[in-house]
Amino acid sequence: MSFINYSSREINCKIVYYGPGLCGKTTNLQYVYARTSPEAKGKMISLATETERTLFFDFLPLSLGEIRGFKTRFHLYTVPGQVFYDASRKLILKGVDGVVFVADSQIERMEANLESVENLRINLSEQGYDLNRIPYVVQYNKRDLPNVATVDELHRLLNPRKVPEFQAVAPTGVGVFDTLKQVAKLVLTELKRGG
Amino acid sequence: MNPGLVMYEEEFRKISGICDRLTRDASAKVVFLVDKNGQLIAAAGQSQDLDTTSLASLTAGNVAAMGGLAKLIGESEFPSQFHEGAHESIHMSIVGGKVVLVVIFDSKTSLGLVRLRVRKASDELARIFEQLARRQAAPGTPNPLAEITDDDIDNLFSA
Ligand SMILES: Nc1nc2c(ncn2[C@@H]2O[C@H](COP(=O)(O)OP(=O)(O)O)[C@@H](O)[C@H]2O)c(=O)[nH]1
Ligand SMILES: [Mg+2]
Repeated sequence: MSFINYSSREINCKIVYYGPGLCGKTTNLQYVYARTSPEAKGKMISLATETERTLFFDFLPLSLGEIRGFKTRFHLYTVPGQVFYDASRKLILKGVDGVVFVADSQIERMEANLESVENLRINLSEQGYDLNRIPYVVQYNKRDLPNVATVDELHRLLNPRKVPEFQAVAPTGVGVFDTLKQVAKLVLTELKRGG
Repeated sequence: MNPGLVMYEEEFRKISGICDRLTRDASAKVVFLVDKNGQLIAAAGQSQDLDTTSLASLTAGNVAAMGGLAKLIGESEFPSQFHEGAHESIHMSIVGGKVVLVVIFDSKTSLGLVRLRVRKASDELARIFEQLARRQAAPGTPNPLAEITDDDIDNLFSA
């Protein structure tokens, strides 16, 4: 749920990175954090287990510059991917303005990807959102690994809505900013339409 | 989709005024107001030394998690919670179902006084948020972003 503040002239939006465990959501945020100038970012918060698995969420506040005198701020969140953290995922989706689905391109993770999209659809609809209408992009991550599905196949299985999709290698940043920019653009366009 | 929160100059001044007064009346260090999605709405007191963006996000996460716990045991939510540290303590309460009022204080004051002052401020804040909601829902209220063009959005990413 966006927050537009006329008094401080700010537009604040919430973007959630969703996807199965270990697909690279946290790595996306870490790359964005590492490559953003200090004035444009706040502290990155990771609520993680001792083994660095996301426990509740990662959070990264970013400023993207001004539109007509309004500062645009994006709050990026990741969800914990493991199946048993479903209650937490629902909480993080509250008030979301745009979603990035990060898929793990490895063939053996296809079922986990499909389960996660279905889980996203259900959890969104519980909050009154529709996966077919919300600002949404899909990222096919881990393209550097040898055992990956083809993009055609990923597209067919995971992107029936045919939203913008990106190939990525999150640790080296391939596709990371393209994904973020596209979802931010869709969110702002939706706000302009009065979504 | 649900419309976001829109804050106008007039209501913002009133809200900031209430937070300022609460800081003084409760002898608190910092008071801030966060929407349940983690956006900071207002801050008062010695907030310049604090990472208020992180505080806002973690407050919302915490309130959301406690709300989830409440539902599991058959409560609708926990209207307030208090955490006591060795030096600093934190009191959070839900205002009007939508925003969280957070007070950070130390031994210069007491939980009793903080609670008392929070109750009064909450009532006033709740009324202002109702006013805001009515204002936003009123027919003919212009979409604040309607005049933004696709080019404006593209330009944001040209750099
Ligand atoms: N080879 C490769 N490894 C990746 C890629 N993206 C993430 N990883 C690794 O996958 C593991 C899990 O990533 P993480 O971001 O924690 O996953 P999350 O559970 O979705 O947050 C980490 O060891 C990452 O370094 C990628 O594109 N290629
Ligand atoms: Mg993670």
